[in-house]
Amino acid sequence: MQQQLETFKYDNRIVRNFVYASVLFAAIGMLVGLLAALQLVYPSLNLNLPFTTFGRIRPLHTNAVIFAFVGNAMFAGIYYSLQRLLKAPLFSRALSEFHFWGWQAIILAAAITLPMGLTSSKEYAELEWPIDIAIALVWVAFGVNMIGTILKRRTEHIYVAIWFYLATWVTVAMLHIVNSLAVPVSLTKSYSLYAGVQDALVQWWYGHNAVAFFLTTPYLGLMYYFLVKAANRPVFSYRLSIVHFWSLIFLYIWAGPHHLLYTALPDWAQSLGTVFSIMLIAPSWGGMVNGLMTLRGAWDKVREDPILKFMVVAVTAYGMATLEGPMLSLKNVNAISHFTDWTVAHVHVGALGWNGFLSFAMFYWLLPRMFNTELYSKRLANIHFWIGTLGIIFYAVPMYWAGWTQASMWKQFDEAGALQYKNFLDTVTQLKPLYMLRAVGGTLYITGFFVMVYNLWKTVAQGKFVAEEAAQAPARGHQTTANEFWHRVLERRPMQLLALSFVAVAIGGIIEFVPTFLIKSNIPTLQAVKPYTPLELEGRDIYIREGCNNCHSQMVRPFRSETARYGEYSKAGEFVYDHPFLWGSKRTGPDLHREGGLRNNDWHFKHMYDPTITSEQSIMPRYPWLYTSKLDASLTAAKIRAMQTLGVPYEKGFDQVAGEALAKQQEDVYGAISKETMDKFQQTFGLTVGKDAEIIALIAYLQRLGTDIKTPPSAQSTTR
Amino acid sequence: MKFRHYLETIAGVDIYPLISLLIFFVFFLALLVYVVRADKKSVFQMKSIPLDGDADMPQTNNNTRS
Repeated sequence: MQQQLETFKYDNRIVRNFVYASVLFAAIGMLVGLLAALQLVYPSLNLNLPFTTFGRIRPLHTNAVIFAFVGNAMFAGIYYSLQRLLKAPLFSRALSEFHFWGWQAIILAAAITLPMGLTSSKEYAELEWPIDIAIALVWVAFGVNMIGTILKRRTEHIYVAIWFYLATWVTVAMLHIVNSLAVPVSLTKSYSLYAGVQDALVQWWYGHNAVAFFLTTPYLGLMYYFLVKAANRPVFSYRLSIVHFWSLIFLYIWAGPHHLLYTALPDWAQSLGTVFSIMLIAPSWGGMVNGLMTLRGAWDKVREDPILKFMVVAVTAYGMATLEGPMLSLKNVNAISHFTDWTVAHVHVGALGWNGFLSFAMFYWLLPRMFNTELYSKRLANIHFWIGTLGIIFYAVPMYWAGWTQASMWKQFDEAGALQYKNFLDTVTQLKPLYMLRAVGGTLYITGFFVMVYNLWKTVAQGKFVAEEAAQAPARGHQTTANEFWHRVLERRPMQLLALSFVAVAIGGIIEFVPTFLIKSNIPTLQAVKPYTPLELEGRDIYIREGCNNCHSQMVRPFRSETARYGEYSKAGEFVYDHPFLWGSKRTGPDLHREGGLRNNDWHFKHMYDPTITSEQSIMPRYPWLYTSKLDASLTAAKIRAMQTLGVPYEKGFDQVAGEALAKQQEDVYGAISKETMDKFQQTFGLTVGKDAEIIALIAYLQRLGTDIKTPPSAQSTTR
Repeated sequence: MKFRHYLETIAGVDIYPLISLLIFFVFFLALLVYVVRADKKSVFQMKSIPLDGDADMPQTNNNTRS
């Protein structure tokens, strides 16, 4: 029976807007990344301004690339493919607009607040609570729009790409809400609901799955659509894609603890993370094989078509990164790689190769179609491809080299059994040429990107935009066949598919968290560990504001090479009052967990003003503003109360006397700096520093670090 | 708001991971059975969804695997 065809229109406007936003923010995100890279060789490129200092622009770079570049590209691809796969226009134009402008407003808020130092310190979740709420609202709008479109579809079945979109939506919502829970102190300051080990576990459950469900699953969905379209042949194996989907979303969520191997996280949780990470190779490579094999018999096209070239490199980069990831989750490999530049190389293979190249391929494919024209220049696209590929290689290879250099030098002992490179700067000076090479790789990649921008610009200029694309399809019939297999039924029912996806991802999270929250023995209580004093708490907030945790870890792992360098290894019980935890993930500078009492206040006072005074080769930026800004203690009482709400055992009414305690400690810390140093500062820099300067609070915090259970210096090696 | 040892009172909580593992083991077995047994024609129909009805995309299809 011939069904009557319905006529409707696909909305191309929203797709075009998201593409434009993605390209714009890619330019900003990558240029900020280049600036950050160059600052590791020339620290003075921060211009001695707080807003452009590494600790603040590194989160700006990661957020811009992940949420602005990849986020907008993802929404463009989803909105384009969703309409066509379902033979239906988007559910609501108003929701589309709200989604678009809401997301751009969030990006703008991030671009303003992150350089201001308003941050939660949690990686890839740095934004403060009002922006977190805005993200949740926009995300809900996106979900309603997507699910509404699915419910109004004209096709019977829901193609596998859309399953990936649904899983993305439901999982990111869960991750974002759970990880962002915090107690607000003011509009721009909050403390994580969790402390120490629990905070670390929740954060890396989020952090890992932000990679999984923001950078991977939506892009796999896009691969299953755009690769198929560009190659003009169906996916290699649809059966494989079904197994790929369910096993990937179920396994991914468990793997978070592999970011915390050898830390103070309970051992069973670490092992769980490792096991699931290894198992992840199977579905990840299943997806890669499915993508590459789709091109089987079409490799002649790959030679001709730059879009397919980008896709082949993207899918290959996905395969490499998803094999490397599980390898890095093995404890013996992680012992080498963790805290080094190896991790940076690993994530950039994913970001530049997988997300970057797949986005570029998608843009090259989408814009000529939406503007009813041909791509302006295939030659330029080919040039982009080669410069970009070289850029990835020049980025990744120096970073792998740097990672190995760090690991081997940090762990090297001499014949007498002492650390061969006692001074941390021995390593840093070795890395500078590699950091420079990495900046060259980044520059190449960005150059290629701007070639694309020009090419797309010319394409758009020569074409005519088709804002609404007419299409026809028969209305959806409600046929059910007897004896239908359950999964086939599921494929027709988006809400059930969504619910089941949620169950799949929630189980992994619950099993990770519940035992840690439950069992007291998982986090042994240490009697000696006491809450921070008001001044230390304020100092800690300055540490967070300046993003010190971007370059300094606070987690001494139980290795001889680390205890010899830093002191006693870190215990879970030491972090019970750390809202949020500040373990860090990278050691561009040395670990600071045992910093307290290691040096006198004079050293810190000089070092923070200009690190080269105390450490000639240092690449740490200067922090002169800490000497002229007065500590804002107006929120101290509120901060103490917030901590009490979180269960930190300050005495009742302590918030009332916190100001006095703070002033008293300011006197003590200030008094411990020699008159000679103060006079020298006065003479050399014309600077008179008061006891209420921010630097005093920061020194108080640094001198407290790790001192609660510090063993006497005689009992440990003092080499550092 | 003390987010510590909140759920301590759940009796027999150690059975949860085992049950969930079991649920998923069964789910995966069922999934594999479905995938292996799935009707070739319907699988082919589903995998062709992106290529259907695109006027500018003539469907030339050499892939026989579904």
